[in-house]
Amino acid sequence: MKPGHGDVLLAEGDVEVAEDEERLVEEFRRQLDEGMWAAVPTAETGGRREARMVRDFSEIPRDAERVIFFPRAAGG
Amino acid sequence: MSVGAAAILAALALLAALAFGPDLKRRLGRRRRTTGRLHPRRQPAYDPGRERRAERKARDLLRSVVGEDAFAMYSDLGFIRVHGGAGPASGYGYLIYPHRPIVAYEAGSGELLNEYCVGFPDGSDPDAGTRLPDSDDVLAKWMALHGDEHGLIADSNMHFPGRQVDPGQVRRDLRRLREWEGRRG
Repeated sequence: MKPGHGDVLLAEGDVEVAEDEERLVEEFRRQLDEGMWAAVPTAETGGRREARMVRDFSEIPRDAERVIFFPRAAGG
Repeated sequence: MSVGAAAILAALALLAALAFGPDLKRRLGRRRRTTGRLHPRRQPAYDPGRERRAERKARDLLRSVVGEDAFAMYSDLGFIRVHGGAGPASGYGYLIYPHRPIVAYEAGSGELLNEYCVGFPDGSDPDAGTRLPDSDDVLAKWMALHGDEHGLIADSNMHFPGRQVDPGQVRRDLRRLREWEGRRG
């Protein structure tokens, strides 16, 4: 999520493909190094929507469809 | 000018630099920072077309993440309610407004508890400004509240109700929310 742009696709791939996974890990780390937060949206049974904050690539469920990066919160 | 007079002048200049130098440096630094922040030429140009396109994308993303019910709440009422703690049984909730503080309230009585002032500034693209589109701001708060409620609250500035959001408006919004939920069954 970026000011003036909305969401921007950073990387995509299949985590079961080693080359893709490496690229996704690299982008994930780059975003966190730049100070972004990462969240994985989830849908619980019954359709209830949730989100899980992730701080390491290994915390992302293997079947996650997407990870959303957004700027870190700051007290206003 | 004699050597003595020159020495006295040099000593006075040295004393003045020692006495007023740090204060002068501080004032100049503050002036530079203020000038940089306020000078119109340094502000990114507002592009309504770009902002509208960004907001449209942000609404699509918000809808895909929070689901149809919460998105309908946002479209109809202008805010999203998130239950605190583990869900409705916690007895409290939050109202998320775009670019305004998150308001916590007690679910049973409707009593307002606190305002949590928090933003998601992004300075990575100076040409686009630092402010997320409205719906992205709402989504960021929604995800952070769901994913790490205590962390987000700890990062925010907490105030009593009424500091930035009109309590009368929040009470009206809670009433509108009850009516809205009643209509949807």
